[in-house]
Amino acid sequence: MPIEYYIMLSVVLFCIGVVGVLTRRNAIIIFMCIELMLNAVNLMLVAFSKMHHGAEYLTNPTSTAGTDAQLFVFFIMVVAAAEVSVGLAIIVMLYRNTHSVDVNFLNRLKN
Amino acid sequence: MIPVLLILVPLISGLVTLFLRQEKVSKTWALFSSVITLAIAIFGAASANTSGNLLAFDASWVPTLGARFTFGLDGMGKVLTLLTAIAFPVIFASTFKNRYSGSNAFYGLMLFSQAGLMGVFLAMDLLLFYFFWELALIPVYFLCSRWGGERRIAVTWKFFIYTFAGSLLMLAGILYLYYQTPDHSFAMRSLYNIELTQRGELFVFWTLFIAFAIKMPVFPFHTWQPDTYEQSPTAVTMVLSGVMVKMGVFAVLRWLIPIVPNAAVRMSDVVIIFSIIGMLYASLIAIRQDDIKRLIAYSSIAHIGLMSAAMFADEGVATQGVVIQMFSHGINVIGLWIVADLIEQQLGTRKFSELGGLAQKAPTLAILFVVMALANVALPLTNAFVGEFLMFNGLFRYNHWMAGIAGISIILVAVYTLWMVQKVFYGEARTGVEMIADVSPGAKYMLITLVLVVIVFGVYPQPLINLTNDATKILAQLK
Amino acid sequence: MSQLAYLIPLFPLIGFLINGLGRNKLSKSLISIIGCGTILASFIVSLLIFFEVKQPGFRAVTVHLFDFIRVPAFNIPFDFQIDQLSSLFLLIITGVGFLIHVYSSAYMKEEAPQHYGRYFAYLNLFVFSMLLLVLGANYVIMFIGWEGVGLCSYLLIGYWFKNNEYNYAARKAFVMNRIGDLGFLLAVFWILQKLGTSTYSEVFANAANFSTAEVTGITMLLFVGAMGKSAQIPLYTWLPDAMAGPTPVSALIHAATMVTAGIYMIVRSNVLYSMAPGTLGFITIIGLVTALLAATIAIKQNDIKKVLAYSTVSQLGYMFLGLGVGAYTGAVFHVMTHAFFKALLFLGAGSVIHAVHNQQDIRYMGGLKKHMPITHITFLLACLAISGIPPFSGFFSKDEILAAAYAHNPVLWIVGVITAALTAFYMFRLYAMTFLGTFRGTHDQEHHLHESPSAMTIPLIVLAVLSVIGGFVGIPEVFAPNAHALANFLSPVIVAPAESHHLSHATEYMLMGVSVGLAAIAIFYAWTRFSKRPEIADATGAGKMLANKWYIDELYDAAIARPLVAFGGFLNRFVEKSGIDAVVNGVGKGVQYTSNKIRLLQSGQVGNYILMMVLSMVLMILLIFYGHNLTPILNKVFK
Repeated sequence: MPIEYYIMLSVVLFCIGVVGVLTRRNAIIIFMCIELMLNAVNLMLVAFSKMHHGAEYLTNPTSTAGTDAQLFVFFIMVVAAAEVSVGLAIIVMLYRNTHSVDVNFLNRLKN
Repeated sequence: MIPVLLILVPLISGLVTLFLRQEKVSKTWALFSSVITLAIAIFGAASANTSGNLLAFDASWVPTLGARFTFGLDGMGKVLTLLTAIAFPVIFASTFKNRYSGSNAFYGLMLFSQAGLMGVFLAMDLLLFYFFWELALIPVYFLCSRWGGERRIAVTWKFFIYTFAGSLLMLAGILYLYYQTPDHSFAMRSLYNIELTQRGELFVFWTLFIAFAIKMPVFPFHTWQPDTYEQSPTAVTMVLSGVMVKMGVFAVLRWLIPIVPNAAVRMSDVVIIFSIIGMLYASLIAIRQDDIKRLIAYSSIAHIGLMSAAMFADEGVATQGVVIQMFSHGINVIGLWIVADLIEQQLGTRKFSELGGLAQKAPTLAILFVVMALANVALPLTNAFVGEFLMFNGLFRYNHWMAGIAGISIILVAVYTLWMVQKVFYGEARTGVEMIADVSPGAKYMLITLVLVVIVFGVYPQPLINLTNDATKILAQLK
Repeated sequence: MSQLAYLIPLFPLIGFLINGLGRNKLSKSLISIIGCGTILASFIVSLLIFFEVKQPGFRAVTVHLFDFIRVPAFNIPFDFQIDQLSSLFLLIITGVGFLIHVYSSAYMKEEAPQHYGRYFAYLNLFVFSMLLLVLGANYVIMFIGWEGVGLCSYLLIGYWFKNNEYNYAARKAFVMNRIGDLGFLLAVFWILQKLGTSTYSEVFANAANFSTAEVTGITMLLFVGAMGKSAQIPLYTWLPDAMAGPTPVSALIHAATMVTAGIYMIVRSNVLYSMAPGTLGFITIIGLVTALLAATIAIKQNDIKKVLAYSTVSQLGYMFLGLGVGAYTGAVFHVMTHAFFKALLFLGAGSVIHAVHNQQDIRYMGGLKKHMPITHITFLLACLAISGIPPFSGFFSKDEILAAAYAHNPVLWIVGVITAALTAFYMFRLYAMTFLGTFRGTHDQEHHLHESPSAMTIPLIVLAVLSVIGGFVGIPEVFAPNAHALANFLSPVIVAPAESHHLSHATEYMLMGVSVGLAAIAIFYAWTRFSKRPEIADATGAGKMLANKWYIDELYDAAIARPLVAFGGFLNRFVEKSGIDAVVNGVGKGVQYTSNKIRLLQSGQVGNYILMMVLSMVLMILLIFYGHNLTPILNKVFK
C-alpha cells in the first residue's frame, strides 16, 4: 500500500482532532480529540518507520534503520497515558467544583 | 585618587545620612559632607595635570566584558565637578530652613545623586559612564515623586519614561559601539580610535544624541522639563537645572563628538537649526508665563539651546564657550531658584499676577535677584557674558545668518527677564506680600557667594578659560 | 600721566561701591560728597591727561590691565587707549557729568537716604560705564561699556520703581538698546573672525584685508548698534520715554553720556566707515530723516522734558548727517557743544520743574522770568545756542555740518536748514510758554515759585558760559584760516581724509546767512506768538498727528510688540500644550491604549488560546514552505 494512504488517513485524523479541540466545550471530548491527534501522529510515525525499514531491509537484513520512530511511538503512548491520568483527575476535580465539564467555565483565572 | 574621593565621599555620607533619623542632624551632616566634597573638588581643580595617580584611577571591574573602573579629571571634568561641588552646599544651605518629612531619606538621595553626577563627569569608560548616568537620575525620580507638588506623580512618570527611553537608546548605541571596538572594550581610548561605517556612525550618533538631547533638553524633546521643574521641590529643581542638564551637554562633548566626528559634522546643520528654533521658541513662550518657576525653566531651555547649537559649530572657540557657559549657567540658575524658593516659601505663591512691589519690603533680596537676572541676560562683566560671547562667536564663524537669527534670543531674554524682575519686585506692593521678610542670613550669604562668583568670573574669566583649553585640544586632534 | 588712565573709571567705580553698599548707613551729605568727589577726581585726572595729549607729537598710549579673554583663536586684552578722541570725550563726560552730579545733590534732596544713596550709586556706575566705553582699546571693551550704559539707563529710568509706567519705559530702553547691541556684537564677531583681533590699532592697520562687501556689512551692523544707543530711526522711541527718570538723569543720558556713544563709535571707526560709501549714504539718510521727524514732533509737545527729548533725537540726527557726509570733526564738535547746551536745557528744565512742584506741562507754566532770573537767563542762552545764532556755540558746530552737507548734496542742506528753523521755532515756543507771559498754574504753585538753590544754579551758570563760548574752539576756515583748534587737535585720530570743501567763501557766507536768517525769523515768530497767546488747547488735525508723535509708538506696538507677545501666547497655548506636549502625552496614552486592547486577547477562554496556537502554527508552516518567495519582497522593503 503506498505511503500516501497512511499520510492521508493520519492527516484526516489529525484535522478531526484539531477541529474537535477547537469547537467542543466538553472537557472529555476535548481530551479524546487530543488523543486522536496523538494517535494520528503515532500512525504516521509507524507508517514511515515501516517504509524506511522495509526499503533498507532489502539491501541489508541486519539494518535497524527506521525502528527508532517506533521508540517515539512508545514514548508518546506512555506520555499520553500519564497525561490521561492527570487530565482525567483534573476533570474530576473540575466536575466536583462546578458540576460541569464545560471548559468555558474555566476562565475564572483570567483576572 | 581625587576622582575616587569625589565619588565616594557623597556616596558614603549618603549612606550614613539614611541612618540619621533626626532632621537637624541629617541636614547638618549633608551640608558638612558636601563642604568636604567642595574642598576636594577645589583641590582637584587647582592641581596641575600630571601623569601621576592624583587625578586618575584605574581598576578592573568586569574583566569578561572589558569594562573597567577608569576615572580621570581633565579640564572639562574639573569645571563640572567644581560646579557640582559648589552647587550642593549652596543648595543645602539656602534651603536649610525648609522642612522635609523623612529628611534622612531626602538628604541621602540628594547625596546619592551628587555621587552619580560626579561619576558622570569623571568616568573615562563608557559603561561606567552609563552606570553613573542612571545612578544620578534614579534618586531624582524618588525625590520628585515623594516631595514634589500636587501633580508630582504624573509629572515624575513622564520624566521617568522620557529619560528612560533615552537611556535605552543610549544603551543600544553603547552596545553597538562595544561590538565594533577591535578589543571589545568600553575604554575611552579605544572608542576614540574606532573606525565605523557611515551608517554605523549615523546609528550611533542618533541613538546617543537623542538620549543626550532629552536630558539637555533640546527642542522638541523638552516638554518634560517645565513640568518637572515646576513640580519638584526647589532643592531638587536646583540640582536638575543647575547641574543635571549639563550631563547631556557634557556627554556630547566627551563622548558623542569625539567618537563619531564625521556624523557630527554631517548632522550639524540639522542639530543647530533645531537648537536655534528651540531657543527662539522657548524665549517666546517664556514671555507668556505666569509662574516664576516655569519662566526660569523656559529660559533655561533657551540657554541650553545655545549651548547645543554652539557645540556642533565645530569651532574651538564655541566649545570653550560651552564649557564655560555650563558652569556659569549652573551658578546663575541656582541663584534664580534660591530667590524663587524664598518667595514661594514665604508667600505661598509663584504667580506674577499675585506678586509685585517686593523691592520695598525686601531691598536686599531685590538687589541680589537683579544681579542674578542680569547674569541671566548675559550682561558684560557677569560670568555668562564670556560663555555667550565665545559661543556666539563660534556660531558666527559657522554661519553668519544662523548666528544672527540665534542672536534674536539675546533680545528676548532681556524682555522676559526684566519682565519677571518688574512683575515680582517693582511696582506698588500688592496686598498679600507685606509679610515677606528680607532674605534670611543663610540664603543671603549663599546668594552673595554666588554673586561674587558671577562677578569675579565675569571680570576675570581667564582661570576658567584655561581649564577649558584641553577640551578643544581633544577635538582639534580628532580633525 | 596717561599711564594712570585706569584711575579715571576707577574713581566712579569706588563711588558706586561705597554709595551702593553703604546707602543705609551713610548720611545724605556724605553720599553726595562721595558721589560728586569721585567724578571730580576723574575730571582732574582727565584734565591732566588732556594737557599731556594736547602737546604736539603725542602718540596714542595703550594701558594694559590684564587679559580679558584669551583663547587660541584670539586674545582680547583689557586695555585702555588714550588718544585725542578719547581724551576729549573723557573731558565732556567727567566735566558735564560732574556738574550734573553737583546739581543732583540738591535736586534729589527730598529722597530718603537709602534711595539717595542708590541714586548716586547708579549715577556713578553710569559714568563708569561710559568711561569704559570711551577708554576701551578694542571693540569688546567698548561693548562692555556699551551694554553698561544700557543697564544704567534702565536702572535710572526705572529709579522710581513703584510706578509701573516708568518701569515699562526703563524696560523699553533696555530692550531697544539690546536690539542695537546685537548688531554691534555681530560686527565684533565679524571683525574677530576676519582679523583675529578687535584692537582698534590692529583692525585699522589691517582694514585693507576686508572686501567691500565685508566692510559694508560690518559698518552697517555697527551702525545698527549706534541706532539703538543714539536713538535713530527706527530705534529712537525709547529716548523720549527715558525722561521717566529724574531730570538730572535725563541730562546725563542726553548730554554727557549714552546717546553720544554711537557718534563716538563711528568716529572711532572712521577708517572702516570711509571704506564703505554705501553705509555712509545710509547713515546720511537716516540722520537727516531722524532730524526732521523728531523736529516736527517736538513742535507740538507740551511736556517740557519731551520737547527737549525730541530735540535731542533731532540733534543726534544732525550729528549722523555730519558723519554720513564725512564731517567727522563736525560731528564731534556738535557732540561737544550739544553736551553743553542740552545739559543746560535739561538742568534748567529741572530747575523749573522743581520750582513749580513737579509740574511738567508747559501749558500750566508761563511768566517764570521774574521769579527765576538765573534759570531764565541761562535757559535763554541755551535756546539761542541750540538755534544756531552766532556767536553761540551751536552756530559753529551746526554750520560746519551744514556746510559739509551742502558740499555733498545741496538737497541735504535744504532739509537741514528747514530742520534748523524748526528747531529754533520749537525751542522758542518752549521758552516763551515757560518764561514769558503770565503764570497759568494754581495759585498755590505761584505762591511758592522760587529760584533754585546755588548747588543747582552754579552748574547752570558754568554750562551757560560753556554754551556761549564753546564754539570758539572750531572757528571755520572762512573767518580765520587754520583757526579750527578742534580739527587740528583731532587730526591724528581721523585718518580718513575729510572731504575737502570746494565751497567758495561767498557761498559759505550765503549758507550761513540763510540758515541764521531763517532761524531768526522762526525765533521772532515763536517769541511774539507764544508770549501773547500761549497754545493751551489740544492740537487738532495735522497738529494732533504731531502731538501723537506720528503714532510711531502705536505702530510699533501694533506691528511688533503685540504680534510677538500674541505669537508667544499662541506657541504657549497651542504648539506647546496641544502640539508637542500632546504628542508626547499621546505616545504615552497610545501605548496604554494598545496594551489595554492587547490585554483582551488573554480572554481566559481555552478555545481562544488554542485557536491562536493553531493559527500561528499554520502561519509558521506557510512561512517555512513558501517563505522563500517573500525574501525578495522583504529585501526590497528593508534594503
